[in-house]
Amino acid sequence: MLDILEKAAAQNGLVTAFAVVGFIVLVSGQISRRLTFGRVHGSAIAIVIGLALAYWGGALTGGHKGLADLSLFGGIGLMGGAMLRDFAIVATAFEVQATEARKAGLIGVVSLLLGTVLPFIVGATIARAFGYSDAVSMTTIGAGAVTYIVGPVTGAALGASSDVMALSIATGLVKAIIVMVGTPMAARFLALKTPRSAMVFGGLAGTVSGVSAGLAATDRKLVPYGALVATFHTGLGCLMGPSVLFFATKALVG
Amino acid sequence: MIIYGTALLAVCHLLGIFLGDVLGHALGVKTNVGGVGIAMLLLIVARLYMQKRDILPKLTELGVEYWGAMYIPVVVAMAAQQDMVAALRGGPVAVLSAIGAVAVCAVVIAVINRAERPEEESLAVPKLHDNPLLTEAE
Repeated sequence: MLDILEKAAAQNGLVTAFAVVGFIVLVSGQISRRLTFGRVHGSAIAIVIGLALAYWGGALTGGHKGLADLSLFGGIGLMGGAMLRDFAIVATAFEVQATEARKAGLIGVVSLLLGTVLPFIVGATIARAFGYSDAVSMTTIGAGAVTYIVGPVTGAALGASSDVMALSIATGLVKAIIVMVGTPMAARFLALKTPRSAMVFGGLAGTVSGVSAGLAATDRKLVPYGALVATFHTGLGCLMGPSVLFFATKALVG
Repeated sequence: MIIYGTALLAVCHLLGIFLGDVLGHALGVKTNVGGVGIAMLLLIVARLYMQKRDILPKLTELGVEYWGAMYIPVVVAMAAQQDMVAALRGGPVAVLSAIGAVAVCAVVIAVINRAERPEEESLAVPKLHDNPLLTEAE
């Protein structure tokens, strides 16, 4: 019986992946609601569980593709692979409302640019300090400090190694968690009171999940303003990461 | 038809990746330069154009929005296939870069926001999107 079930799951890899990921998201939603009272966003917990499962899969098989190395979960490799990942990320651009975006104005653009370049510089510098001195690894880890989407998209475009990619995702993830948990505590220091201040915050803090969860825990009214600017963050980062930022890094370190 | 939306997304995706490859080739780097970002810009432009011409029914939109709402689950699957064992050997890099990035940005946010004049703007709350699929994902 169990053999037949396992065979059915392994032969329908992508369908199994949908079920497994759905279950992970369900569990993390419950953890978010019951254990953290919504303070930590469910999607962040789901990604942490994903990374933990990747560690488990890697430790079990000695492979380099995390959970996807177990034949039963091979479909995870397709679902989270480059093709579907880029497809889903492109689709998120559809929610950007150009008329609303124009209201964010110059200050939104300035904070978006700063929010992409500053974390990149910090991330790339620290990567170099820890011995990741080639331009591709520095750019990938620096891009991870922008958001956990920009990191792997940049890394994939530049052909970074899988461990650097994982490090880049981990960087973006730690950042998103800090933003989610830290925003309500730092709200006074950040002067988060007006829609404009929320837009500045959205541009500089990045990651839609971090910004919307952080603002929701601070002041619900500010959420759309921050999220509006933050939705551009990933697109701008994906545009600048493998191009301008990579060339700048390459010019500096050779 | 819902497939029109998904096909529109697919065309923008392929065109963006193609243009990114062409750009990379032109710059002599042999990598894709901003292909995903270009694809996103194409999709925004396509949406504005189709909305203006009134040829974007709700069902077509849903064909794109479904995939937009799937992005968190896809990212979870992506996380589940990373080389974590190797990443953990990198250790403090992730934590230190993240803390550094957040700290620098927090200071800049505080500086910009404190420079804001106190007069309160009374704006209506903007509507991000009308897609019920996405309220959960955010």
